[in-house]
This record gives sequence, C-alpha cells and structure tokens, in this order.
Amino acid sequence: METSLDPQLAVRKTPLVANGRSLDWVTEKVSTIVEARTPFWWWVAFMITSPVALFGLICIAYQISTGVGVWGENHPVGWAWDITNFVFWIGIGHAGTLISAILFLTRQKWRTSINRASEAMTLFAVVCAGIFPGIHVGRVWMAWFLAPVPWYEGIWPNFRSPLLWDVFAVSTYFTVSVLFWYTGLVPDLATLRDRTTSRVKKFFFTLFALGWRGSNRNWRHYEMAYLILAGISTPLVLSVHSVVSFDFATSVIPGWHTTIFPPYFVAGAIFGGFAMVLTILLPARILYPQLKDLITPQHIDRMCKIILLTGSIVGYAYAMEFFIAWYGGNPYEQWAFLHNRLADPYLIGPALHIAPAPYWWAYWAMITCNVLSPQVFWFKKNRYNLWVVFIIVNFVNMGMWFERFVIIVTSLEQDFLPSMWHLYHPSWVEVGTFVGTFGIFLSLFLLFMRYLPMIAMSEIKIVLPESDPHYVAPGAHGTHGEDAHNPVPH
Amino acid sequence: MSTTTTQQPKVYGMGAEFPSASALYHAAEQIRDAGFKRWDVYTPFPVHGMDKAMGLGKSWLSAVVLVGGVSGLLTAVALESYPSLIEYQTVVHGKPTDWATVPAFVPIFFELTILFSAFACVIALMVMSQLPRWNHPMFNWERFSRVGDNGFFLAIEARDPKFSEEKTRALLESIGGHHVTLIHD
Repeated sequence: METSLDPQLAVRKTPLVANGRSLDWVTEKVSTIVEARTPFWWWVAFMITSPVALFGLICIAYQISTGVGVWGENHPVGWAWDITNFVFWIGIGHAGTLISAILFLTRQKWRTSINRASEAMTLFAVVCAGIFPGIHVGRVWMAWFLAPVPWYEGIWPNFRSPLLWDVFAVSTYFTVSVLFWYTGLVPDLATLRDRTTSRVKKFFFTLFALGWRGSNRNWRHYEMAYLILAGISTPLVLSVHSVVSFDFATSVIPGWHTTIFPPYFVAGAIFGGFAMVLTILLPARILYPQLKDLITPQHIDRMCKIILLTGSIVGYAYAMEFFIAWYGGNPYEQWAFLHNRLADPYLIGPALHIAPAPYWWAYWAMITCNVLSPQVFWFKKNRYNLWVVFIIVNFVNMGMWFERFVIIVTSLEQDFLPSMWHLYHPSWVEVGTFVGTFGIFLSLFLLFMRYLPMIAMSEIKIVLPESDPHYVAPGAHGTHGEDAHNPVPH
Repeated sequence: MSTTTTQQPKVYGMGAEFPSASALYHAAEQIRDAGFKRWDVYTPFPVHGMDKAMGLGKSWLSAVVLVGGVSGLLTAVALESYPSLIEYQTVVHGKPTDWATVPAFVPIFFELTILFSAFACVIALMVMSQLPRWNHPMFNWERFSRVGDNGFFLAIEARDPKFSEEKTRALLESIGGHHVTLIHD
C-alpha cells in the first residue's frame, strides 16, 4: 500500500523545478508577480486586448439589437462561424481540465507548474464559448427557454435533444471548473494574505482565503476533495466534447452523422487546448523570467509530445471518416467528403474528375496545420526550440478552428437539393465578434496573471525534494540508510 | 508573548516551529504517541504520510460526495422523466415519447450527478474543515505568517487534557521544536 519511493529504486530524472530552488524561492517568485507594481508591458498589452474585447461586445450588441441577419448565415448554411467559434473555444478549455484532472489522477507531477494557468485558461475559454450559443439563436431575451422551467404554456424543453444536453454539459463544465480552480487557489490566497501589507488586499485575500491556515486536519479533507474533484472532472471533460459532438452526430447531415465524432472531438479538443496553453505560457515565461525554473523546457517537451499524440489521433480520425464514407456505401456521405472537402483544383480533383470543392482550401489548411505540422515534434531538437514550438502551436490553433469550420460549413453548403446550394461568406459582424472573443480571452488572462498567483505554489512545493518527509539534506549522511529503508516507522 | 502571565487573553495553546517537513513529521509521530488529542500541524503544502504520523484515518468527505452524486442523479431522473414521460410529452419530429426513449436522458443524468457531486465536495470540505472563518488564534502568533511560505508548525491546544504549560513546553523542545510559544486567543 505504501507508495513512498525507495530512493535506490527511483529512476534519476531531471528535477521538475530547475536549479534546486527552495520553498521560500517558490513563494517569493510567484507572489511577487502579484505584489509588484504593474509592469509597463502589462498596460500596453491590456490597452490592446481590452479595446478588441470592447469591439467584440459592440458587435454582439449590434447583432442582438438588429437581428441575426447581420451575420452571413442563410439557408442552407444555418450554422457557421458562431458554432465554429463555440466548438473552438470550448475545445480549448479541455486542455486545462486534462492537465488539472487527468494528469493529477495519473500522478504526472509535472502538471503542478502549469495547472493553475491552464485551468484559468479553461474558464476564460468557456466564457468565450458560452457567448455564441447564447447569441446565435437570435432572440437572447428568450434564452431562458434553455432552462428546464415550464414558464411558457407549461412546455418543458426537449430533454431528448442533444442541444439541451449541451446546455447541461457546458454549464456543468463551467461550474465544476470554477469550483476545482477555486479549491486549488485557496491555500495560495492564504499565502498572499499572510504576506501582504496593504489593508485593502489583506481584506480581500482574507475573505477569499476562507481562513485557510495549512492545518493538516484541513489538508486531509482538502486532499480528498481535490482527488474527488479530479476524479469527477475526468469523465466530465470527456463528456462535454462528446455531447458537443452529439449536436452534429445525432443529426442526419452527411459529414456529421458519424459514430467516430465523440472520441475524435475529445482528442481534437485536447490537441487544440494544449496548443493554446503553450501559446499563452511561452510569452508569459518570457515576460516573467522567474517562471523559467518552474515551467522548464522539460514541461514544454511533454506538452509537445501530447500535441503530437493527439494530433496524430485527429489525423487518424480524418482518415477514418473517409474510410467509413467509402466502406459504409452511403453515396451522400461520399459526396460530402469528396466533393465538398477533399477535391482540390490541382491534384485530387482533376485526378478523380471532380469539380473542386468550394472550401477545398479550408480542408487542406486543416490537414496541413493539424496533421502535418505537429509531426515536427517527433524530433527532440524541435521540441526544445521554443520558436519552432510557438510557430507550430499557432498552426494548430488555426488548424483547429478550420477543422470546426470544415465540419460545419462544408457539410451544409451543398445539401440534398442542388437548387439550394449556397456559398457562405462571413459578415464583418461575425469576424468582429470572433476577434472580440480573443480580446475577452486575453484581457481576462492578463487580469488573472496580474491579480492571482498563476503558479500553484502549494502544489509545486510538493514536488520539491525537501517536501518529502523522508528527505535527508545532501550534507547529512548519518541517518540516510535507515530513514530511506523505513519510510513509515512503527 | 510566551512569558506573559496576565489573565486577560485566554491561552489557546502552545506552538512550536520545526525546520523541515521531515522534522515536523517525526515530531508529529511523537506527539501522537504521547497521547495528545487536540493538536494539529500546519504546513505550506500537504505533507505525504502526515495523516498517519498524526494518527488520523481516512477522510470521509468521499461519503458526502456519494450522497451528493446520488441526489444529483435522482434529481435528473425526476426532472427529465416527469415532464417528458408523464406530464407533457413533447412530440418532436414525430419521434416516440415512451419508456424506450430513456437512453436519451442519460447525458443529463450524468451531468447533474457530476454537478451535485462537485457542490457536495466543496461544501463538505468547508464544513469538515470548519471553514470559512475570518480569524483563528494561530494567526496571533507572528511567526505563523510563514505557514504559507516555508514554515512548519505544530500546536497543542490548551483544552487537551494532557496540556500543561511546563511539560508541554519541555516536550516540544525535546522533540526539536524551535520558538516554542504560548498562543493566546
């Protein structure tokens, strides 16, 4: 039952915190990010992101006040950028939960330096995601129809509809993520409370630290609570993108109606989410150089490996969709994949004597960004070159947006009646709303970096060697033998 | 401070500081073996194995979460079944509305189970830890402000039957405690 590592059996690994930093060093370096004066670059960044966010809100206000007609959607393309953006953002959130929950259950200790920031990213991504289903129905003031209340003529929502499952899945996901994130924050807020000299900050930290004092009688329950939250978040995160995929998979649209969607969507979500984690942590690591000992090249290396794995799963799923379209013998599905996606004007289209698919470039952008570009991570040299990593993860960010665009728009634009065929073009309002969500996301993340500890101090301290109750300082030789062999006396 | 003999502030207990997690771990074992009941250790992070060193068993917070999860599931069963099967069967796309459609309820069964479990978990954590609270006698000890940083503390409460100012002080010093201090309410 005892899980203590026998030091003689333990494989020597690169330490998770570089340069042998102490407990005190961790507290100091992480807390001073919050305590120091606001750096100049922060204001510059915030002055860029907040007007973008504001512009997004103006676009939303314009759309709500005028109607969904200000967007480019029409029959047969009834879903386009709105749902693309929804799935894009909700997918990004999944990496945060994977890091905080699944890597916790699998005892991946390297997660401790990135879990706080990734969970924050999850929350902000879900905030951005939640905007789109809310506004795309047009009459936002009727949004209460989503809630299971019989206030209109005694009519209840249709509990058999995946769209309602989605309401429950996404709202549960957001709520549980907030609870998990806040539970993790409490000990760190207590640390900040004990350090601060400002009366105002002391008040707020005292309020939100809930009187936490590091008591082991509390830690005992805390660790159990944390384990359970991780345990329930794991199936939750897998369910959320599965339910999102049901929105498509349970329909009869060729290109959507496939059983591979739930695992394919979940893998894609983790893939895109890790790309976004790296997209924001790589610059953060440069802006706060003290983080370099906490978020080490080893961490980046491991995230790149996950991107490579999930990217390859996604590539497999793309291939499998084609296989099933052929093997299933459904001519409409074959049409959707060949004529609406694959056929390019240069090679495959002419070779198969097929007219080029209107959005062939979107499909091939997706393949290039999602399947081909991550393959450079097979080489260690590339995983340790931060410029390569940064460029590739941004390809992945783009590729995952294109994936959702391809799935949604190319399946709709040439539907069963050729007279209905209609190309879709986004309006400036749609583009503005999407760009605006990046402003909202980045503004929230900047505020988080500035006002909350972006590294989980109490968790990263556990991975320091001196935190082991059987740790013997390098100088002390006397008791080494017996201590190491009797982890728990009595 | 420790030498105060005035009667006004009630004595909460006696605290000692230890240099490391391992020193505190071994001290906790000795306090446990000395038979104290009302005492606690305070650390910047959960120390692996400390529950055993303190003689504490498993946390039963998990039982509360089970109750929360079951009530979430039952809520979802009631919320979906009553309107959709009994009170107002909405026919959509001519699809059936009978008992055979129950599999379509499963995603919401699952989501509400998770939602209620998570709330039960956090509420149970608060109740079982006797949090939130605005203040605590331990905060009156100025050295204690390092508990979230790199301080390792052990405190024995005055209401412990075995507590005695002289003997407890001697015990804490003999097991390697530094800055042994009487803490007032």
